[in-house]
Amino acid sequence: MTQLNVKPTRAGSRILALGAARGDVDVVNDELVGPIDSSDEWIRQRTGIVSRKRASKELTIRDLSVTAGREAIEKAGIEPGQLGAVIISTISNPVQTPSLASIVGEDLGAHLVPAFDISAACAGYAYGIAQADALIRSGTAEYVLVIGAEKLSEVIDPTDRSISFLLGDGAGAAVLGASDEPGVSESVWGSDGSKWDTIHMTNTLYDMRDAGAPWPTLRQEGPAVFRWAVWEMAKVAREVLERAGVEPGDLAAFVPHQANMRIIDEFAKQLGLPDSVVVARDIETTGNTSAASIPLATHKLLEEHPEISGGLALQIGFGAGLVYGAQVVRLP
Amino acid sequence: MAHTQDEVLAGLAELVKEETGIATESVQLDKSFTDDLDIDSISMMTIVVDAEEKFGVKIPDDQVQNLVTVKDAVDFIVGAQSE
Repeated sequence: MTQLNVKPTRAGSRILALGAARGDVDVVNDELVGPIDSSDEWIRQRTGIVSRKRASKELTIRDLSVTAGREAIEKAGIEPGQLGAVIISTISNPVQTPSLASIVGEDLGAHLVPAFDISAACAGYAYGIAQADALIRSGTAEYVLVIGAEKLSEVIDPTDRSISFLLGDGAGAAVLGASDEPGVSESVWGSDGSKWDTIHMTNTLYDMRDAGAPWPTLRQEGPAVFRWAVWEMAKVAREVLERAGVEPGDLAAFVPHQANMRIIDEFAKQLGLPDSVVVARDIETTGNTSAASIPLATHKLLEEHPEISGGLALQIGFGAGLVYGAQVVRLP
Repeated sequence: MAHTQDEVLAGLAELVKEETGIATESVQLDKSFTDDLDIDSISMMTIVVDAEEKFGVKIPDDQVQNLVTVKDAVDFIVGAQSE
């Protein structure tokens, strides 16, 4: 019987470089409080957000993705043609096909490179890292570009008090490459579709077409999401540390999805992280950018704390689905 | 062993103090968590999770919105203990 050829597997992968692009407009709380009958203090106290980055009309999700992706490719020191895959996680691409990844890949010069989008909301970047690591370790790809990209300002309702005022726009990118020493741990990832309506869109495209429903926007059950995001995700975080063979004191940084400062603070408290671990709090001035939030926050942490470069970071995404994904990564 | 209503009230008041800094004597049965004690939904959920652990009960998400007053919470916890 003919034996099929397969590529040899590799020991591991690691993140070689990151890239970041944020919306070009700072939207402060006072600009949003009118339609939700609220105040700057109310938003700060409940979310920790002072302002969020949003993209002006001309600045598209494609533009944000290309800017972030180009930075990551250049810093990784590779040519776009060397990429073995381009993966973009997004829930705000304005068309269902073609994928944002194929267009952005082409824009970046990754002609003929496999490219696809994934839909895993705020866990999307962690899902992308898990897939990139698997593609590299399997020998399928030598380098993979992962981008989390969102223009969430297009799917908000100014009168919504549940989630809209949290949201921002941006793209964060990572280039991963083969590594003799694993720089991405086993991922702990999963989904719980029984809680699909905890974070959701208000209606479908069919509702718009057939019943004149308004433009779909995001909603969430805030308190239920808070409980799940802190106490259930703390279990996931502990599990990923255990599987990776890493103690909390071994970490240089903790980068949870930037959902809400109250979630970040309570999450860090539940994990009992030592003071030596830097906690990402990019949400204060960027807002919640869903799939983009972890790479954007990591990118900023590395600028503010260059000493953590080469250290270990625990990253965990969680959101609509419900879905979650986490891994320990070695920082570029 | 099941806690009495007074024990649950005292324990709950401690949890409220830990989360919000509100004095335990302010946490009385007729007080509303939102209107009287000014506890927001996120702090309320933290208190709920802490209460589950302290009293060994389950307080489902869809029940939390029904816990308007301190008495609602105390009664729910006392009742859930006996289940």
